[in-house]
Amino acid sequence: MVVTLFIPCFVDMMYPRVGISMVRILERLGHSVRCPESAACCGQPAFNSGYWDEARTVAEKTLQALADSEVVVIASGSCGAMIKKFYLDLFRGTPNERAAADLAGKCYEFSDFLVTRLGVTDLGAHFPAKVTFHDGCHGLRELRIKSQPRKLLEKVRGVQLVEMAEEVCCGFGGTFAAKFPMISTAMGEVKCSHALATGAEYIVSNDSSCLMHIQGLLDRQKSKLKTIHLAEVLATT
Amino acid sequence: MNTSARQFKEQATLLTQDLRHRQLIQTAIGKYEVVRDRVRSRYQDWNAARQAAAEIKWEAVNHLDEHLTRFATQLEARGAKVHWASTGAQAREIITNLLREKQARSIIKSKAMTSEEIHLNAALEQAGFEVVESDLGEFIVQLRKEPPYHIVFPAMHLTRHQISELFTRELGSAPTADPEELTLIARRVLRQKYVRADVGFTGANFAIAETGMISITENEGNARLTAALPQVMVTLLGIEKILPRLEDLALFLPMLATVGAGQGLTCYNSFYGGPRRPGEPDGPEEYHVVLLDNRRTELLADAEQRDSLHCIRCGGCLNVCPIYRNVGGHSYGTTYSGPVGSVITPHLRGLLEWKHLSYASSLCGACTDICPVKIDLHHHLLQNRRNASASKPSRLERLAFKVFAYVINRPGCYALVKKVGRMAQRLHPLVKGSRLDPAYAWTKTRDLPPIAKQTFKEYWSSRK
Ligand code: SF4
Repeated sequence: MVVTLFIPCFVDMMYPRVGISMVRILERLGHSVRCPESAACCGQPAFNSGYWDEARTVAEKTLQALADSEVVVIASGSCGAMIKKFYLDLFRGTPNERAAADLAGKCYEFSDFLVTRLGVTDLGAHFPAKVTFHDGCHGLRELRIKSQPRKLLEKVRGVQLVEMAEEVCCGFGGTFAAKFPMISTAMGEVKCSHALATGAEYIVSNDSSCLMHIQGLLDRQKSKLKTIHLAEVLATT
Repeated sequence: MNTSARQFKEQATLLTQDLRHRQLIQTAIGKYEVVRDRVRSRYQDWNAARQAAAEIKWEAVNHLDEHLTRFATQLEARGAKVHWASTGAQAREIITNLLREKQARSIIKSKAMTSEEIHLNAALEQAGFEVVESDLGEFIVQLRKEPPYHIVFPAMHLTRHQISELFTRELGSAPTADPEELTLIARRVLRQKYVRADVGFTGANFAIAETGMISITENEGNARLTAALPQVMVTLLGIEKILPRLEDLALFLPMLATVGAGQGLTCYNSFYGGPRRPGEPDGPEEYHVVLLDNRRTELLADAEQRDSLHCIRCGGCLNVCPIYRNVGGHSYGTTYSGPVGSVITPHLRGLLEWKHLSYASSLCGACTDICPVKIDLHHHLLQNRRNASASKPSRLERLAFKVFAYVINRPGCYALVKKVGRMAQRLHPLVKGSRLDPAYAWTKTRDLPPIAKQTFKEYWSSRK
């Protein structure tokens, strides 16, 4: 099938390898991938800050760019929640209401797409390391994605998955991280301590935004613990 | 920034760095979570129970007028006096006048967050009455002259040693770290107060419309004594406490106990429906019920957020909230803290003064998942943000989002900005983490990844 891959702005700029890994995996599975140039950002920063008009300006463009797709794969749980759930609120009562609902119906977060839509769990990946998995809150609680990434990780050769003691937010929260850096940092420290306690070498997640926050803290603390996106793990051979 | 926001930020800055506080709360809540989950797992279908509870509350709140009238009529038929207070000031006045009329001197109170909400103790003390809190946690924070730290566990932030020191200082007791002994010390003091009190003051957990009764659920038995011993009993409750039928309690009491304290059911569950009747051996001779609005009707008028009146004040959302756990209950500066406080305080006390609480959230949604009555808490925070930005936008922020939208919507422009950014970031190490750093809010504690040598979009067009 023709898969439209939506690469959100921060993945484009800072984590291109995540996007590239997704392209490789999808192509390896025999699908053809398209990435519309004009789809750049889901509009979440403005939306979460309460500026819905400005958010709509950005979201409209993305909505149009993705509208005629057969199926859309979103490279982040958080942007996935924005497009799949919050576009319905954002466009309610506007001429784009229908289009938003149509789009919501054919959107998948990456791991959800592989497991739920394609029914694939074994990608032949090989990643010999002890890892723990961080659920991005938007993916977890807005999209209810929890088992999918674990099913995928289970099939990776060499991976040993150790769960953290608690399922808790990493403290990123978009503009929250800059508006309340002290709270965000404290939350991140708690998260890192849970991850460290597992003895894992890597924190794997399906959301680069959380990983940006966690890795940023770990780097500052000169920790040996590393973060990696699920797609990068799955793209290994 | 307004005063409340500034105070919140100052307190949050202190508390988030207080590792002793972090550990204390983490441990206390960790223990609670274990028992909560154990009790919750005894439900055949917890989510079905939540759904049923939400529907009952929906009915109660959407027909509030009918249920309240029914509740009041039944109570009055049994000889109670029902008072209606639109504002906190009115409620304080009603209660103060009543106490004067009864020539009361001493009041014993059981736990009532509504009385905190209207700052009743301060008003009564100012009017010359002696007010004593009888709930152990409330008794402790009253001695410390501070508000409750948590709506269910008022003294959660204190260690046994701190409580012992407090008792030694304020009550002259011998130091001890034994919880049993600490409880006995408080009990000895309180027993005297019950006997001497002229008026017993309580809150309510539920108000049953069908039977015209209030339901109080507790673990210490202090509310029973408060209600039974003094001649006059006064109950203050918010109008949203209504449940339509007595049988609804079969669901609500266990759910409140489960999420509130990790118990199947709390130890003491009592109902009050009027003064002592002829032939009855005990109970107050007069019973007054004060129903408080205090802008709850504003929430009622807001179809989007009306469900926040479902709240049964179980404290579950505070316990799971990573923000609450890190900043602590006092930083909020509100009666109701944690997620539910951040949602309702802007409605109860003004959006522009309290909007910062809705921004102080990562929107993780843990609160919404735990809430036994399914209040859409974290989405309400988003709506508060939207309403705040619409009524008083920050010019700078709006401009930033406009510029962002302009750039991101034009692929050529966006590509150029990334190129410029890539060059500019070479200078970043010069200022990184310092006050001159434009990304200081981030880089003070965290590293920031660079813009990649080849962005995804550049990669993609190179492939074509
Ligand atoms: S909002 Fe829900 S979880 Fe929070 S205190 Fe109220 S009932 Fe409990």
